[in-house]
Amino acid sequence: MELITVEDLTVRYGASIVLRHVNITIAPGEIVTIVGPNGSGKTSLLRAIIGATKPAEGRIKQRAGLRIGYVPQKLHIDPTLPISVERFMRLANGVSLRKCEDALVAAGAPDLLRRQMSQLSGGQFQRVLLARALINKPEVLLLDEATQGLDQPGSAAFYRQIEAVRRDTGCAILMISHELHVVMSASDRVICLNGHVCCEGSPAVVASAPEYRALFGTGTGGALALYRHDHDHDHDHSTNAQEAAE
Amino acid sequence: MLDDFMTRATLAGVGVAFAAAPLGCFVVWRRMAYFGDATAHAAILGVALSLTFQMSIFTGALAVALIMALAVTLLAGRGYAMDTLLGVMAHSALAFGLVAVSFLSGVRIDLMAYLFGDILAVSRADLAVIWGGAALVVALIAWRWSRLLTATLNEELAYASGFDPKREQLVLTLSLAVTVAVAIKVVGVLLIAAMLIIPAAAARNLARSPESMAAIAAAIGAVSAVAGLRAAYVFDTPAGPSIVCVAAVLFAFLSLVGWQTRSGA
Repeated sequence: MELITVEDLTVRYGASIVLRHVNITIAPGEIVTIVGPNGSGKTSLLRAIIGATKPAEGRIKQRAGLRIGYVPQKLHIDPTLPISVERFMRLANGVSLRKCEDALVAAGAPDLLRRQMSQLSGGQFQRVLLARALINKPEVLLLDEATQGLDQPGSAAFYRQIEAVRRDTGCAILMISHELHVVMSASDRVICLNGHVCCEGSPAVVASAPEYRALFGTGTGGALALYRHDHDHDHDHSTNAQEAAE
Repeated sequence: MLDDFMTRATLAGVGVAFAAAPLGCFVVWRRMAYFGDATAHAAILGVALSLTFQMSIFTGALAVALIMALAVTLLAGRGYAMDTLLGVMAHSALAFGLVAVSFLSGVRIDLMAYLFGDILAVSRADLAVIWGGAALVVALIAWRWSRLLTATLNEELAYASGFDPKREQLVLTLSLAVTVAVAIKVVGVLLIAAMLIIPAAAARNLARSPESMAAIAAAIGAVSAVAGLRAAYVFDTPAGPSIVCVAAVLFAFLSLVGWQTRSGA
């Protein structure tokens, strides 16, 4: 059974409609990436799934008791707020130290527990956010532009970590990204969003779809070249992500 | 023991410091300093209304502070920037309050007592109100602590954890109104924001966790109250401003220490 089913979702902010009749499903274990230009409703879709935005129409069904892990777009911790990684990860009630340590290992940041959040590098910070989302062994992980602010090698490494998480835990992943070349090579399915679902399918199908070309045009030629290059060389994700970064 | 006005004043100051400390931390973390200021300024309108209708100052100030805080929360993001909105509402409320007070003929009102506090005139009943209010604020914040922190860090994170960050915002708004209402007698409406922000900001230099920051802020606030009152007694200076002065000196000192430690490390 599908983990999450978005049915005929319409989201409105005041008079403006940001999402129109969107239908999306997430199946167990798959990596789905949402791409789309700014203002295409990517973040609104994710907000609707976590319950931060009320749908104007349609509904979002979750499998009963579904555990969701959420990695926010950007978490700004005010410098006046002193908080260690451990305290941050244990903000939810009933999180044991052991669980924190395991989650940090799974997120590829095993030694950060005692550090202050304010002292982490961008990449370490994102890994801690990932670790926090992994604490309760989610069946689906939602990531909203999780690599914003990371340089290319940094985000490539982060996406490799995501793939490792999927491999090790089998959890499904729904992520938003604008880094087409890195992300699409790692996805099972790509959804191209622009207020509505323009096109959807395997990365190769979406990249060649006219709707996708119309949205991203030739400006992303370089990225697409990299992306196609990935596919010319089969699906060995772990190395391709790095090549793409270089 | 409570017969001595200095004892009552000290207890009142410490009570306010305890309520202001944890709340002040959130005010600093969420950059709500101006929000606190605005709510406090609006309270003078509450004072005027209380005097007109012969209610307790606490009730009037609490009501107006609450209305003000809720109005700002509701109106935020609808056309005006937050600070513009606060500037309009806070100073309008202050001005209307001052004008309203001037209509109250018959009773000569010492406006200074409400603008700068009248801590030496704290009665046993005032003390009960202050400690009751402080206990309420501390209990409320302690109860919601984890959720408040999560909502402060990131709204979406709060939703994803299964609770509504707007409700947590409301908890802070409510606590702010209560704190303003109980602090009027102690430091007056113009200096309430100082009691919220200065101890919390000073505590940042020593704290390693959110909890320790709140605890240290409470200690700094309490020391400021005690030492400020002592200074006011010795130098014959106004009590409320003296308390804030001590807090400011502690802030400067701890900032220097914090700066030294950081640059030394």
